[in-house]
Amino acid sequence: MTDSPGATPTIVLVGHGMVGQRFLEALAERGLTATHRVVVLCEEPRPAYDRVQLTSYFSGRTAEELSMTDREFIDGHGIELYVGDPARTIDRAAKKVTAGSGRVFAYDTLVLATGSYPFVPPVPNKDAEGCFVYRTIEDLLAIEAYAKRARVGAVVGGGLLGLEAAGALKGLGLATHIVEFAPRLMPVQVDDGGGAALLRTVEGMGLTVHTGVGTQEIVAGPEGAVTGMKLSDGRELAVDMVVFSAGVRPRDQLARDCGLTVGERGGIAVDERCRTVTDPHVFAIGECALAVDGRVYGLVAPGYEQAETAAATIASGEAAFVGADLSTKLKLLGVDVASFGDAHGTAEDCLDVVYSDSRSGLYKKLVIGRDGTLLGGILVGDAEAYGTLRALTGSVPPVSPESLVLPAQAGSEVRLGPSALPDEAIICSCHNVSKGTIRGAVTEHSCTSLPEVKKCTRAGTGCGSCLKVLGQLVDAELEASGVEVEKGLCGCFDRTREELYEIVLTLRIASYRELLDRYGRDGARGGEGCEVCKPAVGSIIASLAPTIGASGYVLDGEQAALQDTNDHFLANLQKNGSYSVVPRIPGGEIAPEKLIVIGEIARDFGLYTKITGGQRIDMFGARAEQLPLIWARLVDAGFESGHAYGKSLRTVKSCVGSTWCRYGVQDSVRMAIDLELRYRGLRSPHKLKSAVSGCARECAEAQSKDFGVIATAGGWNLYVGGNGGATPRHADLLAQDLSDAELVRLIDRFLMFYIRTADRLERTSTWLERIPGGLDHVRDVVVHDTLGICDELEELMRAHVAHYRDEWAETVNDPEKLARFVSFVNAPDTPDPVVAFVPERDQIKPDLPLLAIGMRPADDVLEGSTQR
Amino acid sequence: MTLAVETTEITTLKVQLLLAEGWFTACDLSALHPGRGAAALLPDGRQAALFRDRAGRLYAIDNRDPFTGAAVLSRGLTGTHEGRPFVASPLLKQRFDLANGECLDDASVRVTSYAVRAA
Ligand code: SRM
Ligand SMILES: Cc1cc2nc3c(=O)[nH]c(=O)nc-3n(C[C@H](O)[C@H](O)[C@H](O)COP(=O)(O)OP(=O)(O)OC[C@H]3O[C@@H](n4cnc5c(N)ncnc54)[C@H](O)[C@@H]3O)c2cc1C
Ligand code: SF4
Ligand code: FES
Repeated sequence: MTDSPGATPTIVLVGHGMVGQRFLEALAERGLTATHRVVVLCEEPRPAYDRVQLTSYFSGRTAEELSMTDREFIDGHGIELYVGDPARTIDRAAKKVTAGSGRVFAYDTLVLATGSYPFVPPVPNKDAEGCFVYRTIEDLLAIEAYAKRARVGAVVGGGLLGLEAAGALKGLGLATHIVEFAPRLMPVQVDDGGGAALLRTVEGMGLTVHTGVGTQEIVAGPEGAVTGMKLSDGRELAVDMVVFSAGVRPRDQLARDCGLTVGERGGIAVDERCRTVTDPHVFAIGECALAVDGRVYGLVAPGYEQAETAAATIASGEAAFVGADLSTKLKLLGVDVASFGDAHGTAEDCLDVVYSDSRSGLYKKLVIGRDGTLLGGILVGDAEAYGTLRALTGSVPPVSPESLVLPAQAGSEVRLGPSALPDEAIICSCHNVSKGTIRGAVTEHSCTSLPEVKKCTRAGTGCGSCLKVLGQLVDAELEASGVEVEKGLCGCFDRTREELYEIVLTLRIASYRELLDRYGRDGARGGEGCEVCKPAVGSIIASLAPTIGASGYVLDGEQAALQDTNDHFLANLQKNGSYSVVPRIPGGEIAPEKLIVIGEIARDFGLYTKITGGQRIDMFGARAEQLPLIWARLVDAGFESGHAYGKSLRTVKSCVGSTWCRYGVQDSVRMAIDLELRYRGLRSPHKLKSAVSGCARECAEAQSKDFGVIATAGGWNLYVGGNGGATPRHADLLAQDLSDAELVRLIDRFLMFYIRTADRLERTSTWLERIPGGLDHVRDVVVHDTLGICDELEELMRAHVAHYRDEWAETVNDPEKLARFVSFVNAPDTPDPVVAFVPERDQIKPDLPLLAIGMRPADDVLEGSTQR
Repeated sequence: MTLAVETTEITTLKVQLLLAEGWFTACDLSALHPGRGAAALLPDGRQAALFRDRAGRLYAIDNRDPFTGAAVLSRGLTGTHEGRPFVASPLLKQRFDLANGECLDDASVRVTSYAVRAA
């Protein structure tokens, strides 16, 4: 079958990788998809995905989540995408490409974006069963499957990708070796000093490193599977699987076969327009191209720039690609390593500024030109300054270079804010976004938050290493344009909730007054505080109560005065001044006897009853003075507080699960009850909701919860950051196939980390969107323990669980506490005359006309919600 | 209607409100906790919200929240805003100056305030 071009000119793209996809977007942005037929040949079984984030597959990101394109984009622009159909031959004379399927496409313009292939050194048995490369999702799936029956793994190559692969093997539970031919790890990015610091850190994580040795041979057993590897120094390692990560080579075979010029060491030679030097109708972009500066770039950012250049050239614009930045930062291994600019100091006459502390694995080097220009650098162990330094590269920093690398303890470190950067400074090198563009997003496009700026400029949506600086920049710009980004909690405290949490925890301050008098704003000390900070601090004290030695009972002493009115009455205030009562029904499971008790109580007190959206029963219309009587009966029948009034755990909804449901693969009800009982009473920045579903059909809607659990054949998947409510958000997968114990441990850490760092009234969804590094950061902290705080987080949760007591049981047994449950101090038995009811549908409702007497209309407000 | 009987113990300070007919005794001072309020029923059926701050100062305003009609101001959280003591309604959170009853969030609204003393 031959496809002949019609009147519309045809662009054929070979390779739908990261750069290929970016090229399609660039075509679309320039309107070329409307004027051209665009054909894409994609060899892999799936359309373009985020290869840079490939390793995050092992920390739970699914293949779908890695995808970089969607049907809407492809279809919407009329792009013909042939998945799983590689180009086989190119006939340049006839201007035709033949695909594996036999389809033939005539082109006017051909763009090659075939990427690279992993280089496998030609050692004996390199193709034995158990040998892998690390490039595609299929590679990862194969590694994951094989690792299930392996104990020891080795990675050949200690470069950027090798370390990522090694981290992945370790994460799969394998004892892991790294074999690197060069005398140090990451030889391209770091120098000897940096390599030494890196080595210590990597070994400290339990990986075994062999540098300065080559792989001589893979040893295979009688069945043909890997059993070991021989090293050039004569040693032999017993290993069950080997991952080669010894560099990549451009995929230029197709180009060679059709007579295009390739470089001596590979790569399709192109000019600065990304046009092949041989044929003006053929372009090459991305990792398969040999750029005009003689380099083949192995990073995505230069590839993106080439994609833009090629698209602009096809649109007959003026664009050129003459070279790009090689800055990189290691992801996911939990080690901070970054190198940028001229990291090895190759420029003439340049000087090094080095700070090294081998004990703590710190190494920082800056390369400075004669005139003081920052040329590049290497950061190992602490890459905090990476974003700012990278952006400053090429200019003279406004402060002395030494002060940029000295650690904070040395007292002289200068925190160079983003304000020091010039407008041209590139903040996000993945997408080539300058500081000026980011500022413009705020000033001209009226973005008012980090997520909006990300969406508008694309900055921060690649490797994520610029997010920190990006966040600072957005804040600074918002502030400058008069948008208030006052970070203080309220008029009484100029510190954030997170800072107050740290103060309370570290200094064991269990009193609001003490906190206000010592850490409040000048004018607020000694004062009364306000309705914002009182409950916020009350909540912090309650969350940390057992650890800081405060009472765990929210109505004790001074704490009582801090609680929001609902917590103060342990019930939810309704519009006419009456209250609702919600007993806890863990997992939504309730025995008939208890249902009857609820029915009897509601009948005896004349309460309105309703099944809530949270799988429990709400009784409305109780007067303040009736609450103790109602609760005495509930407590007696074995009920406890449902905390419907608290910023704390609400419900853990469940589906019926494997006990009854024909599809269920785990006992979701049991797990929901366990989780609800574990986290009940935990005071947090905002309410917490959860759900457990027994299989992927998700009847419990776990993906709309702060933490949601979905059963799998192998255990449980944990999702976090979901939200229903005003701004719904689907939860993100945090980790997969967890055992019961692993699940609980991760939730413990996740919740405590959230409680520690969130703002007041910030649900997990908004928190996850706001904190620098987002989901990846949270995963690093709670799954990989990169901050080393997981033990503490778990300990805090253990203390909470151990000290939990039902606050209603405590209250009904304490006459002094019961004193507050009266209508009037001077007439405790007289009901509030404003609380009156009228009948409706066989139940009661508030007498609204009675309320309306003397009332003024008010604008609707969403109770307790944060601005988004 | 049952009004609490006044005890004659002289050592117990009483919270008193100035009404048209003179000082009205609402409750023992010890019944008011710093930072929290309490509701008192007045002889004419109206309700007052009584407060005591951490320095021991007393305040009394009408208990009825003019924005919702419910008698709940005594159950709000208190604080200071630019030196003015206030209570925030527990329903829709508008703040009222405890000294003069003015709504801090809507200058056109004001609730009755009472002179109050401990005697
Ligand atoms: C009773 C109930 C409605 C019902 O009749 O079904 C309810 C009632 C209230 N909800 Fe809700 N929500 C109820 C389920 C939900 C759900 C559904 C769920 O949990 O599965 C949602 C959406 C899920 C979510 O939260 O992500 C929900 C989203 C909200 C929101 C919006 C939260 C947000 O993040 O946007 C608010 C306002 C807030 O909290 O700031 C809210 C606030 C409220 C308050 C507390 C407003 C208030 O202060 O008066 C209501 C208190 C009722 C009371 O006095 O008991 N309620 N509310 C449900 C109680 C469930 C329970 O057993 O605890
Ligand atoms: C684990 C890992 C981590 C990485 N981390 C980073 C990082 O942190 N920062 C960074 O900048 N870069 C990183 N990279 C490199 C980055 O992924 C590449 O630079 C980028 O993917 C190059 O894009 P490309 O489109 O040129 O090639 P690719 O993304 O490889 O796409 C090429 C596509 O062409 C297809 N193809 C080849 N031949 C044919 C044919 N004949 N017909 C049809 N299709 C064909 C291939 O199957 C492939 O899908 C990483 C790479 C890996 C593997
Ligand atoms: S989620 Fe699965 S197990 Fe649970 S009720 Fe639905 S179909 Fe059944
Ligand atoms: S630098 Fe990679 S996302 Fe910005």
